[in-house]
Amino acid sequence: MIARLAADTRVVAALGTRSVKQTVRRPQLAAPLLIFPTALLAIQTGGAGRAVDLPEFPPVESFLAFMLAGAMVQSVLLAGNSGGIALALDMEMGFTDRLFAAPISRFGVVLGRLAGTAMLGAVMALWFIAIGLVFGVSFQEGIVGVLWVVVLVSATALAFGGIGAAIALRTGRASVVQGLFPLIFVILFLSNAFFPINLLLEPAHSVAEYNPLSFIVEGIREPIVGSFSATAQLKAIASVLGLGALGIVLSAAALRGRARRGS
Amino acid sequence: MPAIETEGLAREFEGGIKAVDGVDLEVSAGEIYGFLGPNGAGKTTTVRMLTTLLLPTAGRALVAGHDVATDAAAVRRKIGVALQEAALDPLMTGRELIQLQATLHGLPRSRGRELGDALLHRVGLTLAADRRVGTYSGGMRRRLDLAAALVPEPEVLFLDEPTTGLDPVSRQAIWEEVQKLNAEGTTVFLTTQYLEEADKLADRVGIISAGLLVAEGTPASLKAEIGRPHLELSLADEAGPVERCDEILARFGKPLPSKDGILMVELEHGAAEVGPIVRALDEAGLAVESLELVRPTLDDVFVAKTGQHLEGSEETDETEAVPP
Repeated sequence: MIARLAADTRVVAALGTRSVKQTVRRPQLAAPLLIFPTALLAIQTGGAGRAVDLPEFPPVESFLAFMLAGAMVQSVLLAGNSGGIALALDMEMGFTDRLFAAPISRFGVVLGRLAGTAMLGAVMALWFIAIGLVFGVSFQEGIVGVLWVVVLVSATALAFGGIGAAIALRTGRASVVQGLFPLIFVILFLSNAFFPINLLLEPAHSVAEYNPLSFIVEGIREPIVGSFSATAQLKAIASVLGLGALGIVLSAAALRGRARRGS
Repeated sequence: MPAIETEGLAREFEGGIKAVDGVDLEVSAGEIYGFLGPNGAGKTTTVRMLTTLLLPTAGRALVAGHDVATDAAAVRRKIGVALQEAALDPLMTGRELIQLQATLHGLPRSRGRELGDALLHRVGLTLAADRRVGTYSGGMRRRLDLAAALVPEPEVLFLDEPTTGLDPVSRQAIWEEVQKLNAEGTTVFLTTQYLEEADKLADRVGIISAGLLVAEGTPASLKAEIGRPHLELSLADEAGPVERCDEILARFGKPLPSKDGILMVELEHGAAEVGPIVRALDEAGLAVESLELVRPTLDDVFVAKTGQHLEGSEETDETEAVPP
């Protein structure tokens, strides 16, 4: 039993490592994760830095400290999308057949891809933490807060990776998964990623209040700009688990569908 | 125990398309079985079912003694698979691919490295092992694909059109490797569009057409079913006594209609009669300009069984390396 688990873990780790290498070696997959969120962060903090002076803006050390969580979530949303594109490309070129013909579970193949997305999530979290440190953000909850941010961002990447994988498995076409790219920005702007909810106008305000992304952003932002609160963290964890479960259920259903159809 | 056994194996796709329609096969351990058919005949669908990538909709199949539908994991542990078009990640290096394959098959890291080196050496890719697959030629990709299929040291090796699109030299290299593997005891199930490939490699051949197995046997027995060899000859002096020649040829077999001055006779007892015919013509003072013994080919078998020629048998273009 333990030997089996160790073997499965090695397979998932190997597939995850391949997934990371694939992203790094294919600039069109790697660039969006790093360049877009970093550029948007630079533009917004440079151009709208005085937003923190607005009445009712939550008390924060700087606009950059406020924006870091949004940039991290944007990055992992794109990582989930890139993971889906890479999986669809694997299917298009028949590489998944090689994996499915090996004595591992089909879901193990998806888990390997998700492990890679989670690793990328951790790297992106560290990237934005480094930017924050370089530009003077003092992480309010210290090293524990930083570690928690990395864990939560990585878990969020895994959850969104699950949804990206489900879409890839359902459609089998990289172009379809890539077509969801604009949707990511819509979801992101209808949350508290770039602006506090209380300053959003209707209907964005109401949507953002119930958008699970807002809960996740709040969970990541809290240890950067303030102190941990059980309610916000539990909401963030529940949102990540909910999205993760949704991705896993949809991926499992899509895998079953593919096995049935033989595609 | 047969290496592969199927009974009424069938696969119907959405819309009622029957890609494979009740195939019965029995492949003995240690055999090279050639599965011939044109594009769309059902070869790849059959291989996908036998390699557990696709569930049959009817019938059953046992590979290495395990049912492909109910004991797929056990089948996967016993087989090696090189699918059509060499599905390789162009961003990985050859060594990375082999080591990933070793991990997928549960080999310890050190064993994977050792086996990877040996297999890359075996297929002549040691020098290219750390290059990305995207820079490989078509022949190199096929050889890497074959090496990857050998990682689990399979009892049964499935090769789906392993030489399609390769140049003659690369094709010959793959053939030699397949023969070596078979000599080491590996059962090989080989699909191909190339008659020469089936003729050269396969102990037995199955011909599939429109999802049905229409013929099966050794290449020699299948050819023998179609007809006897015939002799084609032309006389040095065409104005001479052709009728006399016909009379002589008729003593050795059934004369066939002549074409463009070429006289033809189907030989009753095969090649053994060539010598006596030449002697008889010589004794009659008929000088022969050219003479050729023509044996039935697998293409003749294919035409006789399916009513069509096999496609793609003349394609020999080498795939150029395309950087990623």
